[in-house]
Amino acid sequence: MIDNLNIMFPEIFLSLSIFSILMVGVFIKKSFNIIFNLTTLIIIITVAIIISGPSNKEKIFLESFTRDTFSNYFKILILLSSLFVLNSSKSFIVENKLDKFEYPIIILLSILGMFFMVSSNDLILFYLGLELQSLSLYILASIDRDNLRSTESGIKYFVLSALSSGLLLYGCSLLYGFTGSTNFDLIASQLNKDNTGAVFAMVFILVGLAFKVSAVPFHMWTPDVYEGAPTSITNYFAVVPKVAGLALIIKFMFIPFSNILLEWQTIIIFISIASMILGAVAAMVQTNFKRLLAYSSIGHIGYALAGVATGTISGYESAIVYISIYVIMNIGAFSCLYLLKKDGQYKEKISDLSGISKKHPLLAISLLIILFSLAGVPPLGGFFAKFYVFVAVLENEMYALAIIGLLTTVMSAFYYLKIIKTIYFDESLITFEPSKNRTAQISIFTSCAILITFFLYPSVLNNLVSTLFIG
Amino acid sequence: MNFPILSTLIFLPLISSFFILLSKDKESNNSSIYISLFSSIATFLLSLFLWYSLDINTSEFQFLEEKSWINNSIKFKLGVDGISILFIVLTTFITPICIISCVNSVKVRVKEFLIAILILETFMIGVFCSLDLVIFYLFFEAGLIPMFLIIGVWGGPRRVYSAFKFFLFTLLGSVLMLVAIIVIYWLTGTTDITQIYEIKIPKEYQNILWLAFLSSFAVKMPMWPVHTWLPDAHVEAPTAGSVILAAILLKMAGYGFLRFSIPMFPLASEYFTPLIYILSIIAIIYTSLVALMQDDMKKLIAYSSVAHMGYVTLGIFTLTKQGIEGSIYQMLSHGLISAALFLCVGVVYDRLQSRMISTYGGLVNYIPKFSFLFLIFALAALGLPGTSGFLGEFLVLTGTFQKSYLAAMLATFGVVLGAAYMLWLTKRVIFGVTNNSEIKTLNDVNKSEIIMLITLAFFIIFFGFYPLPIMETFSVSVNSLINNYETALISN
Repeated sequence: MIDNLNIMFPEIFLSLSIFSILMVGVFIKKSFNIIFNLTTLIIIITVAIIISGPSNKEKIFLESFTRDTFSNYFKILILLSSLFVLNSSKSFIVENKLDKFEYPIIILLSILGMFFMVSSNDLILFYLGLELQSLSLYILASIDRDNLRSTESGIKYFVLSALSSGLLLYGCSLLYGFTGSTNFDLIASQLNKDNTGAVFAMVFILVGLAFKVSAVPFHMWTPDVYEGAPTSITNYFAVVPKVAGLALIIKFMFIPFSNILLEWQTIIIFISIASMILGAVAAMVQTNFKRLLAYSSIGHIGYALAGVATGTISGYESAIVYISIYVIMNIGAFSCLYLLKKDGQYKEKISDLSGISKKHPLLAISLLIILFSLAGVPPLGGFFAKFYVFVAVLENEMYALAIIGLLTTVMSAFYYLKIIKTIYFDESLITFEPSKNRTAQISIFTSCAILITFFLYPSVLNNLVSTLFIG
Repeated sequence: MNFPILSTLIFLPLISSFFILLSKDKESNNSSIYISLFSSIATFLLSLFLWYSLDINTSEFQFLEEKSWINNSIKFKLGVDGISILFIVLTTFITPICIISCVNSVKVRVKEFLIAILILETFMIGVFCSLDLVIFYLFFEAGLIPMFLIIGVWGGPRRVYSAFKFFLFTLLGSVLMLVAIIVIYWLTGTTDITQIYEIKIPKEYQNILWLAFLSSFAVKMPMWPVHTWLPDAHVEAPTAGSVILAAILLKMAGYGFLRFSIPMFPLASEYFTPLIYILSIIAIIYTSLVALMQDDMKKLIAYSSVAHMGYVTLGIFTLTKQGIEGSIYQMLSHGLISAALFLCVGVVYDRLQSRMISTYGGLVNYIPKFSFLFLIFALAALGLPGTSGFLGEFLVLTGTFQKSYLAAMLATFGVVLGAAYMLWLTKRVIFGVTNNSEIKTLNDVNKSEIIMLITLAFFIIFFGFYPLPIMETFSVSVNSLINNYETALISN
């Protein structure tokens, strides 16, 4: 029994720490700082626990919980990205009076939910993890409760997300009804393409998951929530839940639905193409940087799903590489927003970036690198992300998907160039306050350094990811 | 040879750009200019050494460097042969000239400008050295970033439009090439071009892949009808930007045809020859006529570049020894001549802030040294015997006559048109009546300008009379290119 518990030691540690720091928060007044630092510490310790622990494949609790390299990789990615997001946004949180002690605790709770999501091997555990994550995210979206926009975005997110959770749950119950099991492996052995009811269930589950990663046509909440929520929350939304959502999509395709490949492939191809096109077209007319990043993230999810749509291991790997590089780029892009401060206000309009290359050359060059990387221009990291996806897509002779994907790359290059134009070609309007936000600067620097030097060893990430599907 | 001489050549400018970034001069920018000049001349000397030590009696790739990169079949592979070495030398020769020219013409953010030029040089040398499709694509596309900034930050009034047009046109062309590269990877299992030469690409794939490569090269070249970005980009770019664009970036496409399209897809190259002929002839005649009607000197030279590139594509796809040799020679000589012409425009633009032909007139009476040099370059551009411009066109036409009388006759008609617009330009700018009183106060070329222009004039005339060093460098490689092409056709 104790041996079994070892397998979920990271989750147990995380739960216990959440309860303890909740107590700290209750009994100590003005405890935001303490709790924030404790949270950082907990995240680092959890990373250490996962890295130092074994990673061979083990299933416990009636095979409903898996620990393998796949789930460990995603857990570490989730933890590290949360670490960067939280720390670079700290001064933003404090200055915008969001420094309630619950903030970091809720983030940790959502991380715990994602842990169970990526480790689940059972519909029930998967749904519980998803709900724990979603409930935390509803609160986060409306955490600035005196702000109309934040509250609105929270409600909007809640209503739509609850609907999608309902669809997902309906799908799960259908799947249970048609296969007689909630275990992924058993479902996989029961499913075949003649099982029409199960295919039906698969559609509902895909809808729910597509909502969570904000893929078209279930993306409607994304721009509003991204714009309405405080930047620190948007940053979290744009990065961490996407990783978990994509991990789940891959997991569902890889285990329970592996026998009905053709059925879901068509759906994913459609979602992927629609996301890429909408992401590219809608972003062109945006004036708010956060809203633009929302559409850009829709487009990026489209590219990652193009990798998934191949239905092969190399395709899944390319999607994982893609989402990892996406995380790095988005952490950098959002961290730049924390430096755009003027008279105590954080600016988020694209026009506010006008001509900052003259007064803030380092910030400008960082944005340049990140934006060109988002656009997928070589030799930056974003190019390799796209490259791997298209190598996988073309390996499966899906020429139309590849060509549409590359054409939308060109279209999306247009709006990234527009921001670069604002930064470099336009007249300087605003001089921002010199920032003391060292953690945001470190995030930007790390992000840029990885993106620039990625081309020296482009295979590092690939080699790592290629071990995920072995055992 | 164990020393990685090609990597050194590629990354030397990049590394020196870091030093410029670190150099701390606020007002004069002297140290950044000296660092960049020093490093670019060092790169030039290194490339000359490379040329000197290259064995020109073999068509094998030399100075090979190979390193496992993305995986074991997509490698970081570099190497040069008789064709690519000349383009490398051209690149490293033009870069120091650009750096000298920016002393006069770039007034703001000099440091950033120099960094952009040096990073661009790294990517350009990389294009000509790479022996792997993915590496080639990487360098080919990466060059867009610095060029986009050069046009957009230091350009003229419509710089934003031009920079966007330049970037998006080129990117759109190139993504199809990326698809083709990945498809080749799946067909052959490698992206190493020396191996792809050995493995024959199946016939049914060749045409479509060839077209995908064409989409990229046609935009970059630029060929009619996708040439429209070039006049805009040239007009708005600062002098050094125009020089690099005309002298080197356009040559990447011609080089691409020689290195990739013909050897990898010989059957498709033969199949599409008529298409290239038609596009080239239209380019030669149509853009020459357009050039005749321009009021803007830079635009006129830009259109003349499109026409000259028409000869290059025509020559390459005659697939005869004369045609290809003529094309390479034409590319190199156009690299020198167009650079010189853009520098000349830059010289007068720095003084009067106008590129309009009507602003000038009768310059010979006030700035004779400049006028003399301009005349040399104009005559070289129209292909006067005794200048390097003549030999390229002559060989291309000789090659074309072997394949198609009609194409050759039309192309020859283009030569006449070329003479017309260049001579008319010279007449209106250098001779003629001076209407503008400001011209009387003009200063003649200063020391740095005369160094640049005399150097270029020297080489244009030198290689007009003595083409042997260049000819014998690429001769063996061109022979083997044609032999391989013909063997492929026969074996089919």
